[in-house]
Amino acid sequence: MVLWDESKDMIPLNHYLLLSAFLFTCGVLGVVVRRNAIVVFMCIELMLNAVNLSLIAFSSFLGDATGQMLVFFVMVVAAAEAAVGLAIIIALFRNKQTVNIDELNILKW
Amino acid sequence: MTFEQVVFYGLAAVTVFSAIMMLLQRNPVNSALFLILNFFCLGGLYLTLNAQFIAIVHVLVYAGAIMVLILFVIMLLNLGDDKRLREHLGLRMYFGIAFSVALLVELLYILGFSSANNYTQQSPAAVEIGTVEYIGKVLFTKFLFPFEITSFLLLVAIVGAVILAKKKLIQ
Repeated sequence: MVLWDESKDMIPLNHYLLLSAFLFTCGVLGVVVRRNAIVVFMCIELMLNAVNLSLIAFSSFLGDATGQMLVFFVMVVAAAEAAVGLAIIIALFRNKQTVNIDELNILKW
Repeated sequence: MTFEQVVFYGLAAVTVFSAIMMLLQRNPVNSALFLILNFFCLGGLYLTLNAQFIAIVHVLVYAGAIMVLILFVIMLLNLGDDKRLREHLGLRMYFGIAFSVALLVELLYILGFSSANNYTQQSPAAVEIGTVEYIGKVLFTKFLFPFEITSFLLLVAIVGAVILAKKKLIQ
């Protein structure tokens, strides 16, 4: 009989994935609901981070470094996206005097 | 509760709390500060997964660079007062909440049946994988080409940011 089951004390992979799913949903909700372009931008970062968390969880539970490499590249893309996206927001604000995405509809049709 | 469980559930609770608070704050500066808290907690969670290098890089890049840039833009555009950005409870907001909840339910449904349920503890190799040495070795052998492409992507981003933020984009 096992008196001390060590695997019971470890955090299972599922809990990391649950947290990741919840954070991703928060990001989606923010992108859909919020009207401030910068907050939408931050919600996209939140979604990227949720995916990063699940990638690292898989990486360390499966013992494979590929997941961490992918996170590395996601970070690079996020940094590039932040630079370009914020430049776009500044250019938009300069032209339209607003960052409300409801009013930024010149590309609508 | 062991130490690992206390750390994980504590960090997870703060992460969830700060993500929700980020959505609820009207002032974008407060949203950004809650997002920074979220990033620090995620860094801690990466440490619980034995990904030391990624945890440090995550805090450096996200909390150190990206959030500083976002806060800088918020203050540059003077978005402190949210009066012009009235976020009313429209039909779209209810649809957004409904679809987000549907997405969450779907994700939980998939997770319930996935083979991820079989993994109850981390691989013994995880301790070795997270180190700078191992990551560097893999990055510069197996992933050398994507790594070089990354540098090109960053160059494009630099040029794009400079051109886009230049004055008089549209006459």
